[in-house]
Amino acid sequence: MKKFLTSTVAASALALMLGMASARAEDAVDPNAKQGGAITVTYKDDVATLDPAIGYDWQNWSMIKSLFDGLMDYEPGTTNLKPDLAESYEIAPDGKTFTFKLRHGVKFHNGREMTADDVKYTIDRVTNPKTQSPGAGFFGSIKGYDDVAAGKTEGLSGITVVDPYTVKFELTRPDATFLHVMAINFSHVVPKEEVEKYGADFGKHPVGTGAFKLAEWTLGQRIVFERNPDYWHKGLPHLDKITFEIGQEPIVALLRLQKGEIDIPGDGIPPAKFQEVMADPEQKARVVVGGQLHTGYVTMNTTMAPFDNVKVRQAVNMAINKDRIVQLINNRAVPANQPLPPSMPGYDKAFKGYPHDVAKAKALLAEAGHPDGFETQLFAMNTDPNPRIAQAIQQDLAAVGIKASIQSLAQANVIAAGGDKAGAPMIWSGGMAWIADFPDPSNFYGPILGCAGAVPGGWNWSWYCNKDLDAKAAEADSVVDPAKAGERDKMWSAIYDKIMADAPWAPVFNEQRFTMKSARMGGADNLYVDPVHIPINYDNVYVNDVQ
Amino acid sequence: MIPYLGRRVMQSLLILLGVSLITFALLYLLPADPVRQIAGRSATPQTVENIRRQLGLDQPFVVQYWHYLMSLLSGDLGRSYIQRSEVTELIVSRLPASLLLMVGAILCELLIGLTMGLIAAVKRGTTTDQTLMVASFVGVSAPQFVVGLLLLYVFAVRLGWFPIGGYGTWRHLVLPSLTMGILGAGWYARMMRSSMIDVLRQDYVRTARAKGLARGAILFRHALPNAILPVVAMIGIDIGIFMGGIVVVESVFGWPGIGQLAWQAIQRVDIPIIMGVTLVSAFAIVLGNLLADIVAPFIDPRIKLR
Repeated sequence: MKKFLTSTVAASALALMLGMASARAEDAVDPNAKQGGAITVTYKDDVATLDPAIGYDWQNWSMIKSLFDGLMDYEPGTTNLKPDLAESYEIAPDGKTFTFKLRHGVKFHNGREMTADDVKYTIDRVTNPKTQSPGAGFFGSIKGYDDVAAGKTEGLSGITVVDPYTVKFELTRPDATFLHVMAINFSHVVPKEEVEKYGADFGKHPVGTGAFKLAEWTLGQRIVFERNPDYWHKGLPHLDKITFEIGQEPIVALLRLQKGEIDIPGDGIPPAKFQEVMADPEQKARVVVGGQLHTGYVTMNTTMAPFDNVKVRQAVNMAINKDRIVQLINNRAVPANQPLPPSMPGYDKAFKGYPHDVAKAKALLAEAGHPDGFETQLFAMNTDPNPRIAQAIQQDLAAVGIKASIQSLAQANVIAAGGDKAGAPMIWSGGMAWIADFPDPSNFYGPILGCAGAVPGGWNWSWYCNKDLDAKAAEADSVVDPAKAGERDKMWSAIYDKIMADAPWAPVFNEQRFTMKSARMGGADNLYVDPVHIPINYDNVYVNDVQ
Repeated sequence: MIPYLGRRVMQSLLILLGVSLITFALLYLLPADPVRQIAGRSATPQTVENIRRQLGLDQPFVVQYWHYLMSLLSGDLGRSYIQRSEVTELIVSRLPASLLLMVGAILCELLIGLTMGLIAAVKRGTTTDQTLMVASFVGVSAPQFVVGLLLLYVFAVRLGWFPIGGYGTWRHLVLPSLTMGILGAGWYARMMRSSMIDVLRQDYVRTARAKGLARGAILFRHALPNAILPVVAMIGIDIGIFMGGIVVVESVFGWPGIGQLAWQAIQRVDIPIIMGVTLVSAFAIVLGNLLADIVAPFIDPRIKLR
């Protein structure tokens, strides 16, 4: 096999070495961190499962990351990839073969050493239709995926166990996102014997290689994590114990935080209390603000008149007063002008987007043959603040002559309407909006703006399908060389700029994260708004009141 | 008695069958696709179809309902789509908490409601009576969500007498029971008042008074036992109101019962759980009514079961 390093030697070798170096530097543990102590985190909703192949809720996402590890991970508090259970990796020059060398001596919570067989078993399991994994599609570029998905065979032909510490992935196409795919929860390594022992209930009896192990799970009440003393990453985790209390309303959680009974309200600060908290300097000091890989947008169904006319869609973009909407939600967001959020690689800082310009919007509508506007429907999810935001959009549209009636429905019903080609002319995405699965610009395209998502039951609610852009996206994702990441990001920026010219969406805002913590919590601020660990990075935070 | 019981049990089973059919049909007609919920937003069409086939959701309605009924007969409520656990296990694990809350709530409503009704009846027509009846009216009409948060704020946050939500000790039980109980207490106060007033008008009470019996003796030994009977017989019927209330109250107080389970399942369209909780609640209500009817003749000999 020709190795990546043979051709573009200097540049990529340097990049790879730099990557390793920075990974090693990050591995150094916070010198101020104190060892020990316990924290309490609250959630309103029950935790569904802790099986990494299944869990896809925002509250179990981060829990699973603390129980399991993947071949790749991110430096804490950042979106920078680093090898995790892998010690190193090599990418073939054609971008279609990834070879990972595994760390030695990594043990599962049951004491057995993790090997390359476990990695293969894990990916075979997650792609097996019987597992019903919502993440199976992420592995679509691995050879043999189609046969496995169709149920013709079990086990991906593209994964080879070279030796106990080496695993090789062969892909059907170059896939620049593959290292990210090796870092998402769905590829976190599970031990075969435990999965077989518990069957469908593995999610209630999780066994991984992670920093914590499950100590107790009382259904509907409490989940307790205990420090894994044999964790391969020396010095981590800092905490001895994390208790997740389930079924707590956010408002009750906040009251308990104020009384010092809990440390992290997992569902955040309830909107009704937000201003009160931020007006109190003592409480405000314990709120960490950070970006989020999220964009809230209005979709316009490009297959339905009058939104099949690009001028109408551009007019809507100009009609919406984003600043006012951001104020409406107490400035818990920043106005957006493109699909990608600012903290995502590929975000185009130079892009100005559509200004709020009522006169211009009216002119565009007149050009499109609607000088007096038209009537339409705006779908929105029925939980606060979404109906209020929909009303603000309704008023903005009325100012240019578009009379939109609001359809305020339960989440599942709005999603169903969006996935029906004749279902919804406009949808405000709030409460269902896209949050990236991994920090890569491609993740905002395929399912929500690409042709693949414009299918019945899909998430491309604009039904926007531009074959030319699909080809460009495939081209960008074939740039696998890490040294060319900047170039690839530029290709993606160009794709999103073109999308904004076609205006299937009116991007409205990017939500900010506000994580509140108790006074005893320690660790860098970015651990509390970690882009991939929501709400917080449990492995790296610590408490200050232990000896 | 036996033929009556047989007939009532048959009726109850028919009601449960009806409830299951209506709920199943409503959930089937819901314009939300449960498979999409399970498959997640990044799933390929192939994954979606695989899951639909495995869950049997590609079958026609009648076949799906038949399968559900058959597994129901063997005591299997199915497997949750979202939580990926047996529904029976989820309900059983949460049932003790709901039953405990029910006992607490019934104690509260009887204690508060009967006392208020009794006082109002004795003081009929006075300001005390009017105040109590207004209070009971407020209790009946106040949304439990508001009452719960109000009690929580005053007694847990401000005064610190009770914990702010949660489950475990008797102190956790007080505020949710009270929240549930205040609604029922309003009803009981009104019923107790009218029942007591009826009894106080009876000849035997007048006779007792004429014999010169002490006021307390007349009230507690002669009037109360007769007035209380029709009221207590209501407890069985009360379960229906109770089942509605636990959804809200359990959510406010973080009480890990089946109401909270139902609320979360509804939000996530977790159909097997919604079905399971609905059937268990319907069963409880039907059972409560049946018991109320069976117990009635023992409490009041004038009632005959036919």
